[in-house]
Order: sequence, then C-alpha cells, then structure tokens
Amino acid sequence: MISAIGTFALTLALLLACLQVGAGLAGAARGNGRMMGVAGTAALFQAFAVALAFGLLVQAFVTSDFSLLNVWQNSHTDKPLLYKVAGAWGSHEGSLLLWLLMLSGLGAAVAGSGGSLPAPLRARVVGVQGLIGVGFLAFTLFTSNPFTPIPGGLVPPQGQDLNPLLQDPGLAFHPPFLYLGYVGMSVAFSFAVAALIEGRVDAAWARWVRPWTLLAWSALTIGIAMGAWWAYYELGWGGYWFWDPVENASLMPWLAGTALLHCALVVEKRDALKSWTVFMAILAFATSLLGTFLVRSGIVTSVHAFANDPDRGAVLLVLCGLYTGGAFLLFALRGDRLRPTGVFAPLSREGALVLNNVLLSVLLFTVLLGTFWPTVVEVATGERISVGPPYFNAVSLPLLALLVLAMAAGTFLPWKRGRGGDLLRRLRLPALATVLAAAIWFMLQGGSPIALAGLLIGLWVISFSLFDIARRVRLREVPLAQSWRRLGGLPRGYWGGTLAHLGLGIAVLGMVGTSLWVSEEQAVLAPGESLEVAGYTLTLERIYEARGPNYLSEVSAFTLSRDGKELAELYPERRWYLAAEQLTTEVDVLPRWASDIYVAVGEGRGEQREARVVRAYHHPLVYYLWGGAILMTFGGILSLSDPRYRAQRVTKRRMAHAATAPA
Amino acid sequence: MTLSALLLAAAVTLTPVEAARADALSDSLRCVVCQNQSIADSDAALADDMRELVRQRVAAGDSDEEVRAYIVQRYGEYVLLRPRANARNLPLWAGPGLALLIGAIVMYLFARKAKDVPFEDEEDA
Repeated sequence: MISAIGTFALTLALLLACLQVGAGLAGAARGNGRMMGVAGTAALFQAFAVALAFGLLVQAFVTSDFSLLNVWQNSHTDKPLLYKVAGAWGSHEGSLLLWLLMLSGLGAAVAGSGGSLPAPLRARVVGVQGLIGVGFLAFTLFTSNPFTPIPGGLVPPQGQDLNPLLQDPGLAFHPPFLYLGYVGMSVAFSFAVAALIEGRVDAAWARWVRPWTLLAWSALTIGIAMGAWWAYYELGWGGYWFWDPVENASLMPWLAGTALLHCALVVEKRDALKSWTVFMAILAFATSLLGTFLVRSGIVTSVHAFANDPDRGAVLLVLCGLYTGGAFLLFALRGDRLRPTGVFAPLSREGALVLNNVLLSVLLFTVLLGTFWPTVVEVATGERISVGPPYFNAVSLPLLALLVLAMAAGTFLPWKRGRGGDLLRRLRLPALATVLAAAIWFMLQGGSPIALAGLLIGLWVISFSLFDIARRVRLREVPLAQSWRRLGGLPRGYWGGTLAHLGLGIAVLGMVGTSLWVSEEQAVLAPGESLEVAGYTLTLERIYEARGPNYLSEVSAFTLSRDGKELAELYPERRWYLAAEQLTTEVDVLPRWASDIYVAVGEGRGEQREARVVRAYHHPLVYYLWGGAILMTFGGILSLSDPRYRAQRVTKRRMAHAATAPA
Repeated sequence: MTLSALLLAAAVTLTPVEAARADALSDSLRCVVCQNQSIADSDAALADDMRELVRQRVAAGDSDEEVRAYIVQRYGEYVLLRPRANARNLPLWAGPGLALLIGAIVMYLFARKAKDVPFEDEEDA
C-alpha cells in the first residue's frame, strides 16, 4: 500500500515537473501569462507530491514498515527514534529523495516568492528548475525507488539496521544541511540559464539571485562543518579534515559558491563581470552535482561514502554531464550577449574581486585535480597511487595566503578606481597589528614555520576586518558617540560579509591549533594505570559493560587531572551493534575554550585482555574551528536578511527591466 | 612466523628525535586496508605493523627517503600520501601553478581593457 502511494506520488511529481518545464519555458517564450502561471502551480504541486513521498518514507522508517526493501535494509525496531527518522536519508534511495525534496521545494519557493521578479524570468527559472527535477525524478523512479516493495511479499519481522557509524546526532543533521547547500546552488544555476536564454543580466538579476546563493552557501558551510565535527569525534583519531574525495566534493561547490557571491557583488553594484558571474553560477551547481555523484559512484574511496553504487553512479554521471554540458554549451553560444556597462581600473574593489575569483578558481581546480588524479593514473597506467593531505596542504597554503591579501585589498579599495597610496596607508596598521600578535603568539606556543604562516593568515584576516569596521565608523575621527551610531547604521550586508571574513580568520587559527599544536599519546593501560598528555594525567579507573538500545558497550572510565587536581571524568566506549554486527569506537571529549582533551580506547591487550590501547589527544583551539564556521554561517544568514534583497520596491531599474523583457 | 609476530618480537626503542621522525613519516603513509587514513591515525593491525616497520627503519639509520622507498617496495606506491614529483605526476604538481598563470593572464587582459577610468568619490557599501 505505502509502496504504491509513494511510487504514485513520485510519478505524479515527474509528470508535474514535465509540465513545469514545458509551460514555464514555452510560456515565457510566447509571453503567455496563463502558461507561466501553470508552471508556477505545477512547481507548487510537484513540491507537494515530493513532500508527500518523503513524508511517507519517514513514516515507514518510524513505524519500521519492513514491507519496503529500503526500510528493511536500513532500519531496525530497536533503533532510537532520531536514527529511525535519519535512516530515511541514510541510504542512496532515501538521500536522493531528500535531494529531490529540496530541489522541488526551492522551485516552489521561487515560483511563490515576493512580487518583484518579472514573470518571464520567474517562469524560465521555474522551468529550468523543473528540468533538473525531471532528470533526477526519473532517475529515482527507474533506478532508485525507495518505495520498492520487499521481494516475495513476505514482510520480515526485523530489519538489518543502519550503518552504526551513521547513528550519531552529528550525522543525522549533516546531510540535510549539505544537501540544502548542494541543491540551493541549483537556483543560481536556473537563474543563470534563464539569463542566458533572455540574453540579459543586470543589477536586479544579481539582487534576485543573491539570497538563494547566500542560503545555499550558508547551508553548505554549516553542513561541511557538521561533517568535520562528526569525523572529529566519530571516526576516532581526532582528525576532522582528511582531504578525502568526499570532503573535497563538498569543498568544491563551497569554493565556487564563495567565488559566485563575490563576483555577483560586482554585477549588483557595478554592472560588470556579467558573463563571469553566470559562468560561476553554472560552475557552482556543476560542482554540486559532482559532489552528489562522487559520493555514490564508488569511483573514489572515502571514509564518508555510505550509500554508493557504481552502476547507478554511471547513470548519475551521464545526468550531471547532460545538465552541466548543456548549460556550458548555452553559455558558449550566448554568453557574449551579456555586455557589461561598468568599467573599472585594475586597482579597484572590482579588480580585487577578480583576483579573489581567480584564486578561488585555481584552488577549486587544484582540489579537482588532486581528487581525480589517482583515478586518471589508474585508468591510464593501471597503477594505484594516492594524493593525500601533504599534497593539498602544500598547494593550498600559498593560495590561501594570496587570497587573504586579495581579501584585504578588496575590503580597503573603493569601487571603480583606487589609489595605491591610500591602500598602503590603510593596510599599514592592520599589518603591524598582525605581525605583532602573530610574533607574540608564536613565541608563546612555538611550532613549525607553517604554524607561523597560519597564524599570520588567520590574524591578518581578523585584523583587517576589525580595522575596516573602525574605518567605516570613523573611529577616533569623530566623537565616540557618533561612531557608535554609525556602527548601528552599517548595512546588514556589510556585517554579514565582515562576520564571514572574521569567521574564516578564526577558523584558520583553529586549524593551526588542531593540526599543528596537537599532542598525542598512545599507551597500553590496565585499570589503575595512567598516561600523561600535554601536562594532563589520564587514569584508567575501570572497565565495565553497558547495554544501549541496539548495542552492547564496553565503557572505560577515566579520570583526567592536572597537578593532582581532578578535572573531569571521561567515558569512551567500544560498541558492538548487534543487528549490524559492527564494532564502533565512541570517543569521549572534554571540550574547553582553549583546548579539547580527547580519548579513544582501542582493542584489548594483555593475557586476560585486562589492558586497553588508549590514545589521548590534546587539541588546542578546536572551538575556534567550530566557532569560525558558525560565524561564517551566521554572516551568510545575516547578509541574507538584508532588506535590500526582500520585497524590493519598484525601482526605476526594475521598471526598465520589466519594460524591456521580451513580451 | 607471521610478519606481525616477527615485528612484535623486534619492537624497537627510539630516541625522542627519532620517534618524532617516525611519527612524521607515519603521517605521510597511507594505511592500505583502511578507507582513507594514514598509518599514524589508523587502529588497524596492519597499520600497527607498518608503523613498527617505519620505526625499525628509522632505528636502523635510514633517511626519510630511504624509509619511504622501503615501505613502497613492500606495499606499492599507493601508500605515499604525498605523490612523487616525477614525470608521470607532472600535471598534478604543475597544474596549480599553470592555472595560476592562466589566471594571471586573464587578470592582465582585464587590466588592459580598462582604459582611463576616473576616480569616484568613495561611497561605502
């Protein structure tokens, strides 16, 4: 029953998506208002149909309806409720449905969003959004239907359980955010394709696209951070970023999205970099598709890919190729129609933003190259090689250093044309502050030259951002009370950007602390024995067994002390998931502002297996990392809430746009 | 006698400097049975063996390069997380620099197009 309704809902959604494409694109081309209206309605009902299907799947997981193959494969009656719900998107089929939910939801949101968007442009965006939906709905229905009934019709009494590594709050919420980020880029893509069809991009277009891009970027930022956080305490060795193909797959759209946010500013303020911005919008979604595909293709090995299948991955590759290739073809044919009117000198904010985009693109290319190079080599020569963190770190650090210099230049230079002397004068104090702070910190903490470079980069970003705020409120030029008033008067878009920059600087400091100042100790401990890490004493008190809802656990109780004073008790576990027959390591972390103490317990040692392999880490500045990511996300959302993107008043420019729109 | 038994029998002690070198080397070598972990990070028994092997080579006075060559000889080039800078990997190592060069050319073209642009009063946004 549920299988039939679910499949019906998805089929209906597919038909509605087809209608949405036809009515939207043809309606806009003919200037037929009724057809364009039909496209919007279709988008709305398509979203309802997909939401119904998604709701049904969640319901099936919550009630452990094992008549569905997918539920049987990925759930278990003993699983806690949260993971039953999260199980709905823990598999390939379910995660695709979540992806579709976001896609159709965003399509409906564009169709129903505030009134200033001209009808033909809206219909085209909705139509292109529908076109993406057609491909992926068909793919889901024909190859990955989550509503496939269990073969034979006999309902098994018990399911096979979700991969225990995924039974974690961090990972329950990580995919929805990441997907919102990936799929959110589809709106920018649809706007770009619609602009290519119309042959026009202007400031109003940039303002309409920006909130969607900001939404996607913010979701992607927090999604990536959650993935890193999950890896940090779930995979059990204290790392959070491994330059793993799947992590790289999420970084690529983030880099492209970041570039897009910056070049779209130039379109909005200065009516230049138009075709460039359209190209970036297509690239951002293309890399998002690559991210979706890479996770499930099995073409690369990864610690994160849990729902992969090479055969279907190949079909997904073809789909991605069609959409991306089609958009780039359109770009090649019509991109030159997007004529910029704004001119700018090289030494200007526009110039710095071009440099920003070039550097982000090079970084994106590097990540792409490093991720696929092992595959290229294996296909060409049959040899297997690896491209790991040493490569990516070596290449990305210099690029990051250049990028933060461009950031500062873009912040301090005026639009159109700047004066070198002014720029240097404005950079003097932030540079001095950075060098001083980095030197003091480096002397206190020590470390490698890389640590010093990282400190300089992070502190530089923080420093120039703060100095820029001071400059804008004319601190010390005007009375303090007036500066204070000016502070409140700065637009939200400015605050958003500044907080995001500050977040990046803080996160870079976190990376320096966690990867370069980390101390690690490993020892075999029996109860009563202890080890020392970074001046802390960690004592294994006892080992006991416990039972969870769907696992057995061996808990090791530790006390953490410093100079004889007890600070905390830590309880890392080793869990045996009964249904999945899988062992997991659950670390315990004492999170603190300055540093985390992190303990993981490995296998038993000794004649009676009375001792355990214990790994303890002292991770300085982990909070900076998470805090920086949260600040970046917050900056994105704050910028999104800037009134200039909401309910735009009917301006002259928009009137002009509507008047010249092909009728 | 299995390899791991042999290794456990021969566990070596290192000076702090040597231990640091061995740790750094372990960071740059990939565990061949794990999904994507260095042998320093992995809990796998094989990673244990490989770590011990590294420590033995360090104790025996091998240079970093010799230790890597030794491990590669046994486990293949796959274990190197930092790919070799050889002719085959030239595109990998030269790619970013080349992309940056192309970017610089793009920037130059942009700059050349911009002729006399007037200064504008600074308005903050």
